[in-house]
Amino acid sequence: MAIGWYLVVSAMIFCIGVAGVLTRRNPMVILLCLELMLNAGNLALVAFSRMHGNQDGQVFALIVMVVAACEVTVGLGLIVALYRRRLPIDVDELNELHG
Amino acid sequence: MSAVLFFIAAIGAIAGAIGVVVLRNPFYSVLALVSHLISLAALFLLLRAEFVAAGQVVVYAGAVMVLYVFVVAYVGGGEDLPTGGGLRILGPVFALALAVELCIALLGTGLKGISQKGAPYVAGFGSPEAIGKELLTKFLFPFEVASLLLLVAAIGAVVLARRRKGLEGDDEFLKTVHTPRSLFTGTMAEGVGVRTAPRGGED
Repeated sequence: MAIGWYLVVSAMIFCIGVAGVLTRRNPMVILLCLELMLNAGNLALVAFSRMHGNQDGQVFALIVMVVAACEVTVGLGLIVALYRRRLPIDVDELNELHG
Repeated sequence: MSAVLFFIAAIGAIAGAIGVVVLRNPFYSVLALVSHLISLAALFLLLRAEFVAAGQVVVYAGAVMVLYVFVVAYVGGGEDLPTGGGLRILGPVFALALAVELCIALLGTGLKGISQKGAPYVAGFGSPEAIGKELLTKFLFPFEVASLLLLVAAIGAVVLARRRKGLEGDDEFLKTVHTPRSLFTGTMAEGVGVRTAPRGGED
């Protein structure tokens, strides 16, 4: 398959992720949609790495996976902290910082 | 053959992505994301990125998703929230506009290689050996920074999710730790006569 097809798939996944981040209110689902967007970026990186015959793009993709894992860890820690403090798990309600 | 595999994996990836956004129960969203990630790993394999595909399945679909499932089970997250106000219409419209823009960019690109199958394949491309060599020579600094970032994230998550008051006020925990010992259950002190009347039952 031509590389362009992979890029089309990557663009579609990214846009689905954007739609999810904009429309959903549960922070856990928003984190999942962020994962979708990062994965779309990963797919584009690996596709370009194949196009150029150069492995640097694959190393980039691995680093992006590490960053995504860190983001998930901190985000889920925040959600657990919200749950412990009996705050609503809803990004529309959580619109101010209390310190 | 590779075209058939590509379409199966691409349809699986896009269906999984739509499932993540559309499904109301967060637990089902996580399961849809797992199927999406596995389809994406198949796409990586088709692009000759063996190591990235293996990492995707093991790290992402395995470890990270288990973390998600744990938190969804802990928090519950059962009540489905309706989509809020204006973004309900504006969100998909914006995403569609972005998709159209990206497609225009792809169609009008000047990149020659985009309509070809990619550079000629050399043996060992994307294998763990080659990627490991790159990571430990050319990309050593990003590699070390990534390990530091993982450490920071782990500590940050523990600090964020810890109990605020510590363990002092937790009666339930204190009761389990300081269980009074029943009378004459054969401690060493009773055996040698140092402590004759067991005091354990009184406190």
